[in-house]
Amino acid sequence: MRRSLLFLPGNTPNIIINGDALGADAVILDLEDAVPPSEKDAARILVRNAISLMKFENCEVIVRINSLDTDYWKSDLDEIVPLKPDLIMPPKISCADDVSIIDSYIAELEKEFGIESNTVKLVPLIETAMGVENSFQIATASKRVSALFLGGEDLTADLRCKRTKEGNEIDYARKRMVSAARAAGVDAYDTPFTDVNDDEGIFADAEYAKSLGFTGKSSISPRHVAAINEVFSPSQKDIDHAYEVMEAIRIAKEQGRGAIALHGKMIDAPIVARAQQTIAMAEELLLMRGGRNE
Amino acid sequence: MTDIVKKAYAGTIESSDVYVELEPNEAGLDIRLESVVLSQFGDAIREAAIEVLEQFGVRNAKVKIVDRGALDCVIRARVEAAIKRGRGE
Repeated sequence: MRRSLLFLPGNTPNIIINGDALGADAVILDLEDAVPPSEKDAARILVRNAISLMKFENCEVIVRINSLDTDYWKSDLDEIVPLKPDLIMPPKISCADDVSIIDSYIAELEKEFGIESNTVKLVPLIETAMGVENSFQIATASKRVSALFLGGEDLTADLRCKRTKEGNEIDYARKRMVSAARAAGVDAYDTPFTDVNDDEGIFADAEYAKSLGFTGKSSISPRHVAAINEVFSPSQKDIDHAYEVMEAIRIAKEQGRGAIALHGKMIDAPIVARAQQTIAMAEELLLMRGGRNE
Repeated sequence: MTDIVKKAYAGTIESSDVYVELEPNEAGLDIRLESVVLSQFGDAIREAAIEVLEQFGVRNAKVKIVDRGALDCVIRARVEAAIKRGRGE
């Protein structure tokens, strides 16, 4: 389960070494925007060593590599793929061919390093207008794609509009990408809320993302992680209701009844599916909390 | 080619990082180490640096290490980056 995904600059040891303790469900070790060209080589080695020698027991590890239009992406994959991180995030993915190019190169590396085919998964970063329009094709371009991730900052630059706190300018992209991801059967992650000092704004932005169907939300600041986790966790009320739904279903089956109502409302298949998702998430959270404090 | 051909450095002197500077040397490894934890971890830092230098076949180099409490994986990463830069890779 990934409710919160926290970007950490890939060439900053004092931040990376604390990555496991920042409360995020996943950390994104960034080799792209957070690293200047002169430090790409050093960051790549540092991130490789961090993944191979440090234990990230409380979070998953995602690595954002450099984009296809740079000279760095193959070198990034050369170092990172053998370590089999939880996900690799290629940025500026605009079409299915972009995914195919990366997919093919990873397949070569998997073969070279004796890794089972299609082990390494991808979360393409959708941050161009073309990428938004091609979201479904991107999500279905490879078995490796396990989620789509919206990048609002680069997207608004490509759209030639201003990025605002309200986010009206990315509303279409959010909805289109979520729909594409769900149609493809993969997860969808939302862009960071970039005002790190706005503790109320992050709640509103995360609530909105959740209401659209996003699986989780990213952050550029540890300060926002708790808010994101809270928003994307089921509430106790949701969990209680889910168990009530499942209990009503059980009783109805025992009694051989087809139509089922709970508190005067019909329980249909989508309600049952949602209840099952809520319970599954609640149980997973319970397991996670066994390993860390929230 | 295994030796250092030009002066190169990697890392920073920020907390939890280590600055590693390499220069060509005529004979052997000449390692100078400064660390905020020299008395406790000086030997381990030196050992980690030597291991990486040997792993990459570097036998002759002046090595300056300024440690700011870096973890082993960070020390090894910075030494490796400095070696690769010092070889012009």
